[in-house]
Amino acid sequence: MSSNQSNTAGGGRLKSLGAWVDARFPMTALWKEHMSEYDAPKNFNFWYYFGSIAIFVLALQIFTGIFLTMSYKPSDIEAFGSVEYIMRDVEWGWLIRYLHSTGASAFFIVVYLHMFRALLYGSHRKPRELLWIFGVLIYLALMAEAFMGYLLPWGNMSYWGAQVIVSLFGTFPWIGDALVEWIRGDYYISDITLNRFFALHVVAVPLVLIFLVVAHILALHEVGSNNPDGIEIKKTKGPDGRPLDGVAMHPYYTVKDIYGLSIFLVLFAAVVFFAPELGGFFLEAANFEPANPLLTPEHIAPVWYFTPYYAMLRAVPAFAGTQVWGVLVMFSAILVLFFAPWLDRAPVKSIRYRGPIYKVALMLFAAAFIMLGYCGMKPAEQPFKAMSVIGTIYYFAFFLLMPWYSRIDSHKPEPQRVKYHAH
Amino acid sequence: MLIKKIVLAAVMLFPALACAEGAVHLDHAGTDIHNEASLQRGARNFVNYCLGCHSAQYVRWNRVGSDLGIGDSELQQYLMFSGGKPFDTMQSAMPRAQAIEWFGAAAPDLSLIARSRGVDYLYTFLRSFYADASRPSGVNNLVLPNAAMPHVLAGLQGVKTARIELVTHEGQTSKQVVGLADGTPGTLSAEEYDSFVRDTVNFLDYIGEPVKAKRQSMGVWVVLFLLVFWLFTYLLKKEYWKDVH
Repeated sequence: MSSNQSNTAGGGRLKSLGAWVDARFPMTALWKEHMSEYDAPKNFNFWYYFGSIAIFVLALQIFTGIFLTMSYKPSDIEAFGSVEYIMRDVEWGWLIRYLHSTGASAFFIVVYLHMFRALLYGSHRKPRELLWIFGVLIYLALMAEAFMGYLLPWGNMSYWGAQVIVSLFGTFPWIGDALVEWIRGDYYISDITLNRFFALHVVAVPLVLIFLVVAHILALHEVGSNNPDGIEIKKTKGPDGRPLDGVAMHPYYTVKDIYGLSIFLVLFAAVVFFAPELGGFFLEAANFEPANPLLTPEHIAPVWYFTPYYAMLRAVPAFAGTQVWGVLVMFSAILVLFFAPWLDRAPVKSIRYRGPIYKVALMLFAAAFIMLGYCGMKPAEQPFKAMSVIGTIYYFAFFLLMPWYSRIDSHKPEPQRVKYHAH
Repeated sequence: MLIKKIVLAAVMLFPALACAEGAVHLDHAGTDIHNEASLQRGARNFVNYCLGCHSAQYVRWNRVGSDLGIGDSELQQYLMFSGGKPFDTMQSAMPRAQAIEWFGAAAPDLSLIARSRGVDYLYTFLRSFYADASRPSGVNNLVLPNAAMPHVLAGLQGVKTARIELVTHEGQTSKQVVGLADGTPGTLSAEEYDSFVRDTVNFLDYIGEPVKAKRQSMGVWVVLFLLVFWLFTYLLKKEYWKDVH
C-alpha cells in the first residue's frame, strides 16, 4: 500500500517536473512529433534498417573518437607511437581504436546500402529532393572526415595516400600549386598538415556532419518516409486524421530498429574481435610502418570506400598536357548525384512497379560500382584500366541517360495501399 | 537475388589482395599465438639473435612477462641482458648512426613487423639466405634481394647455396636464382631450424599485437552475448508488431 502511494506521489512529481519543462521547452511536443506520433509506413523491409544503423555508427565514432583524442598525439614525431601506446598501454585502448577503425568502414557500408535503397524505391524523388541533397552532403562530409582521419595514425599508407589525394588539387590550371600548398600548409605533407587535419577531423567536420544529420532527419519528418511501394501513405487517412498504413515511430520502429541493429552488431563485433584488419581492407598492412617520406609503399591504393572514384580518376587519360580531366570526372561523379531526383522521369517511384529497363540499369549500376571499386585497388594496368573505363562510362550513362530511358520504360500501376503481410 | 549478387561480388574481391605480394612463393609459417611454450622459446630466440641490432620499441618487458607467464626476476635474469627495469621497452644495443655506417641501413624496429609484412613473409625470409660473394655480408636473400641484413642465424642453419639456372622470360635468357641447395651445415637440422624460426616468428606475431589472443577469446563471448541479445530483440519486435495488420 505504502509503496503504491509513494509511486503515485513520485509519478506526480515527475509529471509536474515534465509540465514545468514543457512550459519552457517543447519536450513533450518534440517527442510526439518525432517519435510517438510520427507515422512511418508499416511496410518497411530489410533496406530500411540502414538509416538508424548509420546514426548508431555516427554516435559510436564520436564516442570512441573522444576517448582516442585523450591519448593520441597529433605530431609527426609522436602520432604513430601514440597509436601503439593506445593499442598496448591504454586500458581497453585496443578495443576503442578497433571500434573506431572498423566503424569508419562500417559507416561507408551502411551509407552505400542506404543510398542504394533510395535508388531502389525512389526515395530521392519529389517531395524528398532536399532530403536527398542533405544526404549527398552527408556523404561528402563523410568522405572528407574519413580522408583526414586516415592521415592521423601517420603510417606510411596514411602519408602516401594523403600525398596522392592532396596532389590531385595540383592539377587545376593556374591555381593548382598554390591550392595544394594552402591545403597542406607546407611544401610537403608535414607536421603542420597533420595538425590541421586533426583539427578538422575532430572538430570541424563532425560539427558539419551532426548539423547535416539533424537537417536530414527534419526534412524526412517534414515530408514523411517513403516505403518499398513508393506511394504516399498520407493520401489514405483514417477518421482520426492519421495515415491508415502508418505506425508510430515509437514503439513500433524503435523496437524494430533495435532488432536490425542487433544483427548489425553481431557482424560488427565479429570483425572487431576476429578480423580488425579484414584482410587489409579495413587496416592496410603498409600502415603498420611509420610514415616515411623517402620510401613509397609498393602499391598505393586508398581504403576500399574510395576506390571506385580512384578507378575513375585513373580511367581518364591526360589530355592537352594536363591530368585535370580525371580529377574533374571524379568530382563530377559525386556532383551528378545531386541531380538524381530530377533526372528520373518515371511516373512511379518504386522498382516494384518500374519496367525492365530501370531494373536492369540499376543492377548494372551496382555491378559497375563494385567493379570500379575492385579496379581501384589493383595496379593501373590491363585489364583493370579497360574495366575502369567501361565502369566510368556506365556510371555516367546511368545518370545522364536516365531522363530518356526512364521515360520510355514501361511501368505497372501503383496500388492504392501499401503491401503488407502481418508477421 | 540482389543480395546474392552483392555477396558474390564481395567474395570475388577477396583473392585480389591475397595475390598482391611479390613473385616469391611464401611458405606457410604455421604459427600459433595460443602456444605459450612456442612463444617463450620465441622470446628466448628474439633476445639472443634479434635484439642486438633490432629494437621493439613499443614492447614492454613486463607485458611480455605477464602474457607469457614469466616473472619479473626471471625476466631480468634470463632475457634482459642489458639491464633496465621490467617496465622498460625493448631497446636495441646498436646505435642507429653506426648501423647505417655498418650495414648501409638502420635495422628496422620489429614491434609491428609481423603486421606490416605478415608471418609467412618473415618465416620464409629467415629461411632464404644463401651464399653470395658479391654482397658485403657474403649472403643474399631470395625473399628480399640484396637485403642489408647479414645471416645472423648462419651458425644454426648453416649457409645455403643458390641453384642458378638459365631462365628464358619473354625472349630474354638470363641467369636466375631458382631455388636453394644445401651448403655448409649448421648446428641444427633443417626441421629443427624451421621450428626455431617458427617460434621466433610466432613471438614477432605476438608482439605485433599483444592483445590478439585475449581479443579473440573475448570475442567469442561478445558474439554469443549479441546473439542472445538478437533473440530477445526479435521477440520484443514480434510482440509489438502483433497488433499491426
